[in-house]
Amino acid sequence: MLRVAAWLTWPAVVLCATVLVPFLLLLRISFAAPDPSGLWIPVVTLDAYRGLLNREFAGALLYSLAMALLVAAVTVSIGFPFTYLMTRLNRRAQVVWLVFLLMSLSLSDVLNAFSWQVMLSKRGGFVSLLAALGIVARPESLTPGDGAVWASLVYGVLPFAVVTLYPALSRLPPEIVEAARTLGASPGRAFRNVVIPMCRGPLVAAFVISAVLVLGAYVSPLVLGRPQSWTLAVLIGNAALAGHDVPRAAAMSVCMLVAVSLLGGVSAWATRRR
Amino acid sequence: MTPSGLELRGLRKSYGTYLAVDDVSLQVPAGQFVCFLGPSGCGKTTLLRMIAGLEAPTAGRLLLNGLDLTATPAHQRNFAMVFQALALFPFLTVEENIAYSLRLRNVARQERQRRVSELLALIKLSDCGSRRVEQLSGGQRQRVAIARALAQEPMLFLLDEPLSALDAKLRDHMQIELRLLQQKLRLTTILVTHDQREALTLGDSIVVLADGRVQQIGSPSDIYRRPANRFVAGFIGQCNLMEAEVLDSRHLSVWGRVVEVAAVPGGLIKGTPVTFSIRPEDIHVVPREDAASNALPGRVSFAREVGERVELRIDCNGREVIGAASPADWAALAGSADAVSVQLRAGAGTVLTC
Repeated sequence: MLRVAAWLTWPAVVLCATVLVPFLLLLRISFAAPDPSGLWIPVVTLDAYRGLLNREFAGALLYSLAMALLVAAVTVSIGFPFTYLMTRLNRRAQVVWLVFLLMSLSLSDVLNAFSWQVMLSKRGGFVSLLAALGIVARPESLTPGDGAVWASLVYGVLPFAVVTLYPALSRLPPEIVEAARTLGASPGRAFRNVVIPMCRGPLVAAFVISAVLVLGAYVSPLVLGRPQSWTLAVLIGNAALAGHDVPRAAAMSVCMLVAVSLLGGVSAWATRRR
Repeated sequence: MTPSGLELRGLRKSYGTYLAVDDVSLQVPAGQFVCFLGPSGCGKTTLLRMIAGLEAPTAGRLLLNGLDLTATPAHQRNFAMVFQALALFPFLTVEENIAYSLRLRNVARQERQRRVSELLALIKLSDCGSRRVEQLSGGQRQRVAIARALAQEPMLFLLDEPLSALDAKLRDHMQIELRLLQQKLRLTTILVTHDQREALTLGDSIVVLADGRVQQIGSPSDIYRRPANRFVAGFIGQCNLMEAEVLDSRHLSVWGRVVEVAAVPGGLIKGTPVTFSIRPEDIHVVPREDAASNALPGRVSFAREVGERVELRIDCNGREVIGAASPADWAALAGSADAVSVQLRAGAGTVLTC
């Protein structure tokens, strides 16, 4: 019995080392003073947090959260029907699609961001296509811009959403949809009435994973966005790298963690068993 | 006048080169209970799914009351189906499950509630309406699946082995309930099963399927007493299949002995090889000296009590015959078990040509 109990402490050990200790360190630094020549001076002060009590930071925090929710919503709306239809294919085709999708994850963020920049530039293929179709009057670069950031983020997190949804959807018994069909539901109706409620948990999980990934996104907003639409992650990076104010960056990170925890709490509440 | 009920005309389903259902034509008159019976892989479920509209036929037509529904999608057919896995919606309560088809049809709330409580009473689960599906027992879930299917007042009631997951006692009970319900509501019903007992006790008529083809359509007693071919004779119940030769219109030569039968199919000349099929209960085992005509000599090789009768295996010169006896007869016979005669009841049995 004792040996089993000893093994069960392993998850706690791992969580301590990878989550708790770094977080406590971050928390400590957020109460320290900046050291222009080094990293931080070990005093206890609220200066870093006081420096965040302004409209600019609140705006960035809200913008980051709103964008995370928006991109997550778009990603799940695209990813859920995609994954559902994919699981209706035969095994072989499913494997091909999954491998293809996971391969896109192996591309680096930096490469993705710059590829989008090229594609959405004035002479990139996409803008020329829009002009040729008469959707825009004159080809004009779409970067930097919010739309470019959102699009590249949807592209970046979609594979994670699909991989999260895939197990639940591939285990969805086909006869439950067929039952709805024989009871009078059109295919679209059966999808809304049966498939979505059956996958509520995985849907919330995919949404939260997408939102958290977007909150942490750094490269896309930096490369494709305007300074006024830089996300919290970019501001944190700037504070630490350009501003040499590590306590300020740590304080921002703590605020972001609180926001993410709130998101997690809401999702736990949304998936609770009624 | 077009016949009322369901009609299948040359229905066919192929997957690549594999023919799952091959040219099935049959009629299900309105109000009848029909069982599709066959071994697994015989195409019976594919046939039912085509009727439900869940599978598109490769060829053939499907008509209901003379109306062609071949191209009508499942949700517009108003055919109810009960699935083998039941497929109840786990995220809804019992009431919500039953009301689902009514909600789709925009039935007003009051009317919906009235129908649901009516159906709950019908399946004797009036107290369980607000429970979740997972809180019900297997038999209760079964009844909810049936009620959910019936809520839409279907034109056709389709059941795909719905009782196979239940234990024997509960299955028996549900069979009776299902039959009573069907008679009460006069529902045109098709039940798919591989369980011959279920088919024989439930169906007004039985469609025996094998290899995607209809082997025989008939009443349970027809199927049992007058099997159309060797497959049906062998699949349903215990049956002795004996090689024989035609002698004349009333007699066969079975294993060298003359046997009188009810009738030899017309057009068969003397010497035609046929199969003679006879049920164990039509075989009387007697001491050798009591043997009359229609008898084959043999030796009892095995006996076992099966309920209220004794099943006997008789070795007739190397060929096995299955017979039956009452326990009293078997007790009287036990002394002379090595020299018995197998007495075939005159006029019993069927002559099969295929």
